[in-house]
Amino acid sequence: MTETERQQQLDTAELVAETAGPAPVTGELPPNNPVHADGETRSQWLDVWRQFRSHTGAMVALVLFLGVILFVTIGPLIWTIDPTYVDIRARNSGFTAAHPLGTDQLGRDLLARLMSGGRVSIAVGLTAMTLAITLGSFIGVMSGYFRRLDAPLMRMTELFLALPLLPLLLLMVTLFREPLSQTFGPAMGIFLLIVTAIGATSWMQSARIVRGEVLGLKEREFILAAKSIGTPPRRMILRHILPNVLSPIMVAATLGIATAIITESALSFLGLGFPPDFPTWGRLLFDAVDQMVLYPWRVILPGLFISLTVLCVNYIGDGLRDAMDPRIRGR
Amino acid sequence: MLNFTIRRTLLAIPTLLFISLVIFLLLEASPGDPLGDVPLTVPPEVKERMREALGLGQAWYIRYVLWLKQFFWVEPLHWFDQVFGTSYSAGMQRVISFQSRSPVFDVIAQRVPQTLTVVGMSYVIGVLIAIPIGIISAYKQYSWFDQLGTFVSMVGFSMPTFFTGVVLIIIFGVKLQWFPSIYDTTHVVRDWPSFLVQVKQMVMPVTVLALYNAAQISRFMRASMLDNLNQDYVRTARAKGLSEKTVVLKHVLRNSLIPVVTVIALGLPAVFGGAIITEQVFKVNGLGQLLISAIHANDIPMVLTLTFIFAILIVAFTLIADIVYGLLDPRIRYD
Repeated sequence: MTETERQQQLDTAELVAETAGPAPVTGELPPNNPVHADGETRSQWLDVWRQFRSHTGAMVALVLFLGVILFVTIGPLIWTIDPTYVDIRARNSGFTAAHPLGTDQLGRDLLARLMSGGRVSIAVGLTAMTLAITLGSFIGVMSGYFRRLDAPLMRMTELFLALPLLPLLLLMVTLFREPLSQTFGPAMGIFLLIVTAIGATSWMQSARIVRGEVLGLKEREFILAAKSIGTPPRRMILRHILPNVLSPIMVAATLGIATAIITESALSFLGLGFPPDFPTWGRLLFDAVDQMVLYPWRVILPGLFISLTVLCVNYIGDGLRDAMDPRIRGR
Repeated sequence: MLNFTIRRTLLAIPTLLFISLVIFLLLEASPGDPLGDVPLTVPPEVKERMREALGLGQAWYIRYVLWLKQFFWVEPLHWFDQVFGTSYSAGMQRVISFQSRSPVFDVIAQRVPQTLTVVGMSYVIGVLIAIPIGIISAYKQYSWFDQLGTFVSMVGFSMPTFFTGVVLIIIFGVKLQWFPSIYDTTHVVRDWPSFLVQVKQMVMPVTVLALYNAAQISRFMRASMLDNLNQDYVRTARAKGLSEKTVVLKHVLRNSLIPVVTVIALGLPAVFGGAIITEQVFKVNGLGQLLISAIHANDIPMVLTLTFIFAILIVAFTLIADIVYGLLDPRIRYD
């Protein structure tokens, strides 16, 4: 049976169940241990996945994104040249067998640098997004659930939204890079700094979205029911509220990865990101700009990787949003 | 409405004060020293005097209040004097840049025209491209034009401006040599040929920013049009026998523009922030470039003032967006 046929059958079954009159009154109670209809249950996530698969753009993007992830994780195991190894005699080489994507002005292999740079860029994107989403959902849930916290937390969110973010990010990164790289080492210090800076300045949107959803949920009957049996707020939030606001959070998270990757590469491009011997895609682009007249590929390749990754992530976010909220499909 | 406007304006004041305090404290917490470049041969007592001359001797709250006074009282007075030829601000200290020892606002005033021509132009062009695209792709939903528009706008806001800028430079500046890759800010427009030169050097930075803005605004325009196209009043208008052109361009467009106008207003300050990167790519010496060089030189008054001006822009345009929304859409009641 094909997927669509099964879907149609399930739909008809649902329709029949809905439209059929109430079940005839029988003498016996339903069994204590309800028997499931032979394995054909529809879980929410399976439904989402089914919807997601019908979004062609998102599926292509997912495959490409997985490809990029494999490229930066498995790639260095296959292409074992050290990205920081300086081979000055092979500098500025073109596309050769020894260096498929050429080398830079110090003879470092560009393919290896793209792999390790991508690893850092994607790691920054994922970590900063996790931070922003955790902070945003926490503030959103708190402000939506507890009426007393609502006004102060939303005032704070508005204040943060009014901050000029890019100038402040530049400021934070320039001012604190020295002390942090002394404490945690140059690579780790800058990583922590950039991730915290991006996370701390991009949680506001998700906080607002989550608050709106929570406010809507609070009016629903199952929340009232849970409250009436005396569920304490902590379990209320963890068991009833959070699972129901998961879909907007996931969409915001996907789009958050894209923003974080772009912000990190913008900082690197302005020369305020990671140190020079620590490649990221933005940094590779920045280093290559000086010689873009002679070696345009060195600029275009990292730029393409940034754009491709961000494009994929945006498409996945789009597909997720459509899959999770069928009402807005096609918008 | 008037009540709402007054209340929001009053509320903006503490917001701005808080933001200025945040920026000030961030700069205060920084380990950077504006006297870091002074040679070690300068004796410590001289260095102490230099520090005092820069106004760094006092506690931070005194300096903060002093800066507030300079920003909100001395500078407006100074401009007032300039305009009306009075001398109220005589003998008052203006905000002085550590780098150039000249008033911060004079430097900013020199840089504003460059940023405004490039950024302003690109935003206007971006909006002009975005609105027709949004209308057509909503009216012909799922047509090839719509699919293409969706894809292009996705690509448009996935490509960072520094990458599109560099690619444009490589193609049109280096390979084809159509446009100069560096923006010459000393260029003066006097006659027709010099105007053409100005247009030529503006093409690339404006294109980069315009494409980026158009990508986002056209999405909003499309969504807003789609919302309206299914409404009852559209069916009524069609049933009355109005031409399709009147229905779409008069009835639907006017209503769809309401949320888009606020999006345009809200996006404007962000464009100034984004211009920091584009200015760096094309070497436009506008506000963004000024900010970056000031950050590198530890020029605290300049950084503080510039960042605060960005904050004022954001708060002001949020306010404008709210008010315009209320004016355009009578259903929105704020009280």
